[in-house]
Amino acid sequence: MLGIVVSLALALIVLGTVLFHFLSEWWWTPIASNWGYVDDTIIVTFWITGTVFVVAILFMAYCAWRYRYREGRRAEYEPENTKLEVWLTGLTTVGVAAMLAPGLFVWHQFVTVPEEATEIEVMAQQWQWSFRYPGDDGVLGTSDPRNINADNPFGLNPDDPNGLDDVLIESDDLHLPLDKPVKVLLRSIDVLHDFYVPQFRAKMDMVPGMITFFWLTPTRTETFDILCFELCGTGHYAMRGSVVVEEESAYQAWLQEQPTFADSLADADMGTGDESQQASSEGEADSPQNGVLR
Amino acid sequence: MTYFTPTSAEHVPPAEVADVELFHPKSWVTKYVFSQDAKVIAIQYSFTAIAIGLVALVLSWLMRLQLGFPDTFAFIDAESYYQFITMHGMIMVIYLLTALFLGGFGNYLIPLMVGARDMVFPYMNMLSYWVYLLAVLVLVASWFVPGGPTGAGWTLYPPQAILSGTPGSDGGIILMLLSLALFIIGFTMGGLNYVVTVLQGRTRGMTLMRLPLTVWGIFVATILALLAFPALFVGAVMMTFDKLLETSFFMPVIVEFGEQMAYDGGSPVLFQHLFWFFGHPEVYIVALPAFGIVSDLLSVHARRNIFGYRMMVWAIVIIGGLSFIVWAHHMYVSGMNPYFGFFFATTTLIIAVPTALKVYNWVLTLWRGNIHFRIPMLFAIAFIVTFVNGGITGLFLGNAVVDVPLSDTMFVVAHFHMVMGVAPILVIFGAIYHWYPLMTGRMLNQAMGQFHFWVTFIGAYAIFLPLHYLGFLGVPRRYYEMGETSFIPQSAQSLNAFVTVVALIVGFAQLVFIFNLLSSAFKGKQAEKNPWGATTLEWQTPEMPPGHGNWGAAQPVVYRWAYDYSVPGVEQDFVPQNVPPEQEPTAGGHEDRPDAAVQPAE
Repeated sequence: MLGIVVSLALALIVLGTVLFHFLSEWWWTPIASNWGYVDDTIIVTFWITGTVFVVAILFMAYCAWRYRYREGRRAEYEPENTKLEVWLTGLTTVGVAAMLAPGLFVWHQFVTVPEEATEIEVMAQQWQWSFRYPGDDGVLGTSDPRNINADNPFGLNPDDPNGLDDVLIESDDLHLPLDKPVKVLLRSIDVLHDFYVPQFRAKMDMVPGMITFFWLTPTRTETFDILCFELCGTGHYAMRGSVVVEEESAYQAWLQEQPTFADSLADADMGTGDESQQASSEGEADSPQNGVLR
Repeated sequence: MTYFTPTSAEHVPPAEVADVELFHPKSWVTKYVFSQDAKVIAIQYSFTAIAIGLVALVLSWLMRLQLGFPDTFAFIDAESYYQFITMHGMIMVIYLLTALFLGGFGNYLIPLMVGARDMVFPYMNMLSYWVYLLAVLVLVASWFVPGGPTGAGWTLYPPQAILSGTPGSDGGIILMLLSLALFIIGFTMGGLNYVVTVLQGRTRGMTLMRLPLTVWGIFVATILALLAFPALFVGAVMMTFDKLLETSFFMPVIVEFGEQMAYDGGSPVLFQHLFWFFGHPEVYIVALPAFGIVSDLLSVHARRNIFGYRMMVWAIVIIGGLSFIVWAHHMYVSGMNPYFGFFFATTTLIIAVPTALKVYNWVLTLWRGNIHFRIPMLFAIAFIVTFVNGGITGLFLGNAVVDVPLSDTMFVVAHFHMVMGVAPILVIFGAIYHWYPLMTGRMLNQAMGQFHFWVTFIGAYAIFLPLHYLGFLGVPRRYYEMGETSFIPQSAQSLNAFVTVVALIVGFAQLVFIFNLLSSAFKGKQAEKNPWGATTLEWQTPEMPPGHGNWGAAQPVVYRWAYDYSVPGVEQDFVPQNVPPEQEPTAGGHEDRPDAAVQPAE
């Protein structure tokens, strides 16, 4: 009796799982980047593994019903069945290869950044985002967290001419041009963070002491949420931002209005006079100016 | 084929060493408190693990309450939420699962199943438990220091684990690291015992290839633990130095809330390598004993030999070996060199092959069996369902590029809960229902057992299946509250509320189980000897529960493998391992046995 109940329960679990899958409204967000291959790999994996799940559990349901205890019946004594085991090993290996091959192929694309990709930088700290664009020269200036002070929140190297025209965005608002490959350089100045936009399907941790990266090409104009995806302390859940993907012209127009590092250095000079560098390194003079400057 | 074929008495080698004199307790204290008897130590380990496990259960309720009904419970703020998830994870993985499988089942079953009188180092075995208890107490103490326990997540990633933006970054993290170090010291004492006992303490005739798979699983898991825990140990020591002495093993230049810190030159990713070099084998430290135990439950209650015994043994060994070269699949998006992804994705997916073979062999053990659906068997079947479900989602996360969108989402939470939370815990339940009569001489209450099984199995599946789908959607893990987003529909919140309600129900079903455990010890039906008709040695002791020294006057001699169920030509449907072929209750010689033609190859 219980054998039949178990058999039915197993069948119902399979049925319920399959129904849940097809009726569930919780599924991927519509993709907004070039990483459609990632979705495809998931689909391949999903169907292969889903089939294995359904077959394995239904077979078990069959066994539970067919081989439930009966008085007088005897189980079969069969220590090994080499032929069956070899077949199953072979089939499993084929299935695994069918998932691994596309996976490695797409991973190769993921780690190979196209030459024409524009570099931008995302900087994270507890619990906010800021962004940097390379400016007119197309090159991001070097940075070092030791340089960070109130006048230089990005820690850019003031002696590096490449950094002077860098565009600095000290808000949680990132803009990206449509259909242009972007190499996103990631930097953190305190703890681990992770830059993720679910519609982009690509993420990477941000590690203090390192510059990490990933690349993508945005393919839809829309405003998306940026979420921190690596536990970074009490405020982790509230570390949000947004990214606006827009046409090249709108993007350029927006970019032109943003301050450069040179602008902010000039502002800082006006605020604190010639001694700005010294004052801020002493660490006490900058608090009153801080309020004025921001 | 010598493992299958029974050896006649003259083929059993003589004992190499004389019987070892045991420590004989003289007082109540040395018998039940500072006991050197592995069976008592096993029960001490189990009680402690289950007690601290109940704390983890309550923590899971609290976090589920917050996720299901945000803004409802004023006492759950972000800091305490992160403390709940951290302590829940750490307790479940280390202090409950590892301790219960190895310290609990390992201690009870290894000596009995290999035919030994006790562990080979009983005094060290006793110390192992007391150091473990100390580790648990230190862990609990972190609730009572200023700032409370650490809220760094069970992975304890630096720099945040020791910086002020994380709850418990003063006393909490120090006590956590100290507790882990103590746990590892205690485990090492016990672990060396388990390994040496399996290698050196087996009785006459018990070859390695005749060991029950339970012993194989615990044995290989212990070797993994002895090799993997040191990585966590050094990681814990280095992080303690970073915190207390301002060394910079894991700490680069850091600007914390505008202040430059004194650290320079360390690498946070280094910690992750150390952590996962421990952490991935840890998955198998929990899984391999479960694999072994479930194999024996299936075989006993289906009255059929485990299918493909040798392959099952080699699969355990191969999985154990491979588990040391897959660790960085937890780190595809950690910022390590991305080319590592090719290697680790490949090794990770390869490990799926021996794992899948184990699943096939479990199912094929049911096939053509004569299945008794007793409660241990129900849990074993439930294990297969949840393990297959959790295993296949591992193929998503192990494949580097698929991991990129799914990492750190609820998909990961669902995956590892299904595969190393629910599945091994179902085995633990099955094992307790199976061996409780041996340990206490009484049966657990059947009605409560049925209730416990169905609520736990169906409930746990209903909790974790939907979470995968929230993960696909992009709902992150470790979020105190989701707040406003543009991509998460309102219905996701209803789903979370549903999951919380189910989690509360499943949690309460565990209290029924605990009640059953306690009340049946006194009021349960008296168990008959070897109630399931098992072949393995632990059921063949002269007394039940087994007495001091296990075997009375003489240790058993083993003549056959552990899976002689429904042997053709033998009237009884099982032949215990210590029955010589001359004494088989045959119905007419061995001529029709499938292995009768094969001569022993020794």
